[in-house]
Amino acid sequence: MTGPVLQVQDLRLNLTSGETVVEDVSFDLLPGQVLGLVGESGCGKTTTALALLGYCRPGIYRAAGRVTIAGEHITGLPEAEVRRRRGRLISYVAQDPATSLNPAMRVGDQVAAMLRRHARGATAQAVADVLARVHLPADRAFQRRFPHQLSGGQQQRVAIAIALVCAPPVVVMDEPTTGLDVITQAVILKEIDRLRRVGARGDGTGLAIVYVSHDLAVVASIADRIAVMYAGRIVEEGQAIEVLTRPRHPYTRGLVSSIPDHATPRRLRGMPGVAVGVGERPPGCAFAPRCPQRQDDCDRSVPVLVETTTRHHVRCLHWQQTPPLRLDPPLEAWSIARGDLLLLAVENLRAEHGGRSGTVVAAHDISFSIDSGECLALVGESGSGKTTIARCVAGLHEPSGGRILLSGTALAGMARRRSREQRRRIGIVFQNPYDSLNPRHRVRDIIARPAILLREISKGEAEKETLELLERVRLPRRLAERFPAELSGGERQRVAIARALAARPDLLICDEVTSALDVSVQAAVLDLLASLRSELRLAMLFISHDLGVVAGVADRVIVLERGALCEQGRVDALLRHPTHEYTQRLIAAAPRLPEAGGVV
Amino acid sequence: MSSRSGAFPVRAAGWPRFAHRPSARAGLVLGGIILLIALGGPFVAPHPFDAIVGPAFQAPDSHFPLGTDFLGRDVLSRVLYGGRTVVGLAGAATLLAYLIGVSIGLLAGFSRSLLDPLLMRAMDVLLAFPPVLFLLVLATGAGPSPVALVLGVATVNVPNIARIVRSATLDVSVRGYVEAAVARGEPTAVLLAREILPNIANTLLADCGIRFTGSILLVAAVNFLGLGLQPPTADWALMISENRDGLTIQPWALAAPALMIALLTICVNLVADGVARSLGRSLDSESAVR
Amino acid sequence: MATITLERPRAARRYPFVEYVARRVGAGLLTLLVVSMLIFAGVQVLPGDAASAVLGRNATPSALAELRHQMHLDRPAPERYLSWLGGLLHGDLGQSATAQQPVLDLISGRAANSGILALITLILLVPLSLLFGVLAATRAGRWLDHLISTSSLAVIALPEFVIGTVLILIFAVNLKLVPPVSLVLPGESPLSQPNILVLPVATLLGASLAQAIRMVRAGMLEALRSDYVQMARLNGFDERQVVLRYALRNALAPTVQVIALDVQWLIGGIIVTEYVFGYPGLGQGLAQAVSARDIPLVQSVALLLAAVFIAINIVADLLVVFLIPKLRTAQ
Repeated sequence: MTGPVLQVQDLRLNLTSGETVVEDVSFDLLPGQVLGLVGESGCGKTTTALALLGYCRPGIYRAAGRVTIAGEHITGLPEAEVRRRRGRLISYVAQDPATSLNPAMRVGDQVAAMLRRHARGATAQAVADVLARVHLPADRAFQRRFPHQLSGGQQQRVAIAIALVCAPPVVVMDEPTTGLDVITQAVILKEIDRLRRVGARGDGTGLAIVYVSHDLAVVASIADRIAVMYAGRIVEEGQAIEVLTRPRHPYTRGLVSSIPDHATPRRLRGMPGVAVGVGERPPGCAFAPRCPQRQDDCDRSVPVLVETTTRHHVRCLHWQQTPPLRLDPPLEAWSIARGDLLLLAVENLRAEHGGRSGTVVAAHDISFSIDSGECLALVGESGSGKTTIARCVAGLHEPSGGRILLSGTALAGMARRRSREQRRRIGIVFQNPYDSLNPRHRVRDIIARPAILLREISKGEAEKETLELLERVRLPRRLAERFPAELSGGERQRVAIARALAARPDLLICDEVTSALDVSVQAAVLDLLASLRSELRLAMLFISHDLGVVAGVADRVIVLERGALCEQGRVDALLRHPTHEYTQRLIAAAPRLPEAGGVV
Repeated sequence: MSSRSGAFPVRAAGWPRFAHRPSARAGLVLGGIILLIALGGPFVAPHPFDAIVGPAFQAPDSHFPLGTDFLGRDVLSRVLYGGRTVVGLAGAATLLAYLIGVSIGLLAGFSRSLLDPLLMRAMDVLLAFPPVLFLLVLATGAGPSPVALVLGVATVNVPNIARIVRSATLDVSVRGYVEAAVARGEPTAVLLAREILPNIANTLLADCGIRFTGSILLVAAVNFLGLGLQPPTADWALMISENRDGLTIQPWALAAPALMIALLTICVNLVADGVARSLGRSLDSESAVR
Repeated sequence: MATITLERPRAARRYPFVEYVARRVGAGLLTLLVVSMLIFAGVQVLPGDAASAVLGRNATPSALAELRHQMHLDRPAPERYLSWLGGLLHGDLGQSATAQQPVLDLISGRAANSGILALITLILLVPLSLLFGVLAATRAGRWLDHLISTSSLAVIALPEFVIGTVLILIFAVNLKLVPPVSLVLPGESPLSQPNILVLPVATLLGASLAQAIRMVRAGMLEALRSDYVQMARLNGFDERQVVLRYALRNALAPTVQVIALDVQWLIGGIIVTEYVFGYPGLGQGLAQAVSARDIPLVQSVALLLAAVFIAINIVADLLVVFLIPKLRTAQ
């Protein structure tokens, strides 16, 4: 068919209380095209994606606009009619297949149910066909499995099979690879790319995909066009390569600059301020309060989308002044005057998890060392043992073999059996900012406590230091009186860092500290950690699964797979010339942004 | 579907949500009145609870607004006297159950040693007893006695409280802030008092209303069967049992205490439900926008 | 392209479900044993014993001693416990102290009566609670839900004897539709005069139904809020199928747990209800035995009821494991 297969016109979604969540969203999609819908949390991208299926979450309704697929409306119809069109015209792949597949139904039956509902009926052959098309086993034994018996990657393929089985011309995918490890993610992305070329029926009629994600690098590998959303509006939209290498909107530019790249480590810049939530939008341009190019007329009224070049639109009054992407020069190897004092030595560490079905070895025969002032990164996928090793060093997990030495003295396994001085010298920051602060304590008590306990200073001194620490982590002093529930994720993580620093440690363990944060917030926190390291001559044990983050932060890196040490070395050498096969696969699978002026 | 950073609007605190529900408000007001009658009734009763003031099963009149009971005692006075035992025994039993149950639950949930399965097996054995059955066995052994009743009702509630507390403790002890405290080397007592207990308080609060109602029902059932408090004590449940023969002649001797128990338990339930909902909601942190 | 790794199957045992059943039943028997010890200890707490219960307060010390020797009460406690236990395994539940009859004779008729009452209640309980619970959950927040939820909250709060007494007042005394007491002549079956069963069943049903409805509603609400239900709607299934095949199917397991809890509660409720209506069942028998301090009778009936309680627990656990595929297929 000719012409766009998906047409969205002037979509406007409101809360039942009246505030606008999403507005002025319009775009078209041709068959075989992939549109990447990107933005950070709270921007309204998932709400928009769901509206394409005529679905609004409780509390939200469609106030205006139309969605047309292959000439048929999906908006403005009674619910029963809309449901009949879903699956046949447009389908959805959710973020977490483990929770979105029916846990009580066999996977074969779930596919068959779709066929019975929207097509002429389910045949065993049709189910087997679609499973084969997503490269899953098509035999009866596999079809009789329940979702929990499949791996994450397999579950996602089943979800994709369900979405494709009735051959809809449009599919909406909402962060389908978040939660999968990097290598599986790369495989699934390749799969999605192949499917959109051959189409849902496998006959070459292209599949149109709306791919929603917060991860620009992932989107870069698959999208033809990209639409960037901020505060419920599309702020930039155009060819993927254009948007990523020559962004016109200051927000897009800031976003692209925040993304770490393992091949070209550089200083990341976050964006000042916090993302705007519902009901907090200023009368003019929503991004103006944070915008480096802001001028007076930006606050007067909301800018409209203007065309810059062919099929490239921007919602900014001063887009012509947006400077080109400037990538800061790659980081030099740290030139901090490090003592060559050996701070931490781990020898033949072995860690196990006891369970009802026997013990699992999380890490075996791990040896490494950290000099004072040095940053060592532990990299691996989930199940690699990196978190367990970090917890052993922190005294939260009892090792079953080997030794951990701090400045030459062996440490006891559990923290409570270590000396106060030993506990003081090692600090830890956790991954989840939403449960690492006691919701019943104020920020000042949270930060002051380690200082009082481990350095035995008075309460008054601790309070003074608390205010200084808040400044050091670039938070306003008035936050000291607040409770954690009043802070954003990025602010909470900074408080967690301040708490860890209060005891004046020599070694800071960072366990995936930015994984739960938005990209721009992540950049700011990483920048903060880098500054703190050089100011305080802090050694770090940095845990991450993200090679790009590690490249910008670490001096040396250790790669782990299933509890075994694959490779270790200086970060620049290792990333450029990996010797171990697993490291090579990891690096190959990590998504990257296109370089300015080139193609990935 | 995980939530990421960004400022979330802070949800309203507990009280406004509680007060918003009409059933909870009604329950609080009415329940307060009943509680007042139960506790303060004896001070305003026109006659002593055991004084015989007229013929048995006399219909209500100007002297005795609720008539007389099967022995000829004033029903109104006995109703005013009869709430103390119900509320007092049930309250004492609930309090005792919490003291013991919370201790066991905290210990089991936090220790992660052999103590945990040991304690929980013991709780499982206690849970194998239907509550009324347990109390009857106790009544056989100890004879009708308010002390045995309180101990029995407390024992019956301890396993469930221990389970709830243990589960909440396990839930909280893997949170980051508890692990940070463990890594600091905080002593166990401090950990329990500063980090864990304040954060399971909500769970306990949501549970205690239902537990109090349950205790009232158990105490009333045992008294009704005549195996708890003995005559001539004025107790609402006992009064229902004693006056059953007069059902057709003088229903008020039975209906009045029945009404009091019913109103008390319904109101406590409504309030408990309101509290539980207001707590459950305010712990919710998802926002509608993605 | 990397090979896709399957979930590591542990050393697969051949019949994991059967093994689970065996383990669960074994644990249940062990619990029953401990419970029997507790019952034995519980009824013997006070020095007054079966002999003084039989002879009364005015018994002479020599008559008491004579009877105690006859009833073997002068033997040490552990020995008496074991002989009681041994008797049970042979079907001998001892001799009632007050009625001078074997316990077994006394309770067999009563057990059947109680069983009938419980069974009828259960048969009505399950479908009614599912129906109203699902109705309330699917119309959450609307008037039907408020009606069902608030009225069930109120009914739960009422003691059974209050419910029973009120029902008697309304239906037996005022409206005269059914008899006010549910007497059954020995040897007859209650089924021969069904209208004496109406009020006792209604009483038992009252509070347990209200509790079950609230729990079913809660389980359904949680299922309806789940990701897979949202996904089913996004896949275009009609609401009826979503509610039945997606929500209810996954809410069944917690529902079973709730209904099991209710059935356990029924045992306590039966005692009081039979007392209110004068219904000659196990519960009434137990209440009378406790009043009379008929220790052998109390011991055996209590153990019987506890055994039923534990058995229901086991059946419910097995049903839950069977209903949740994740538990059924895991080790």
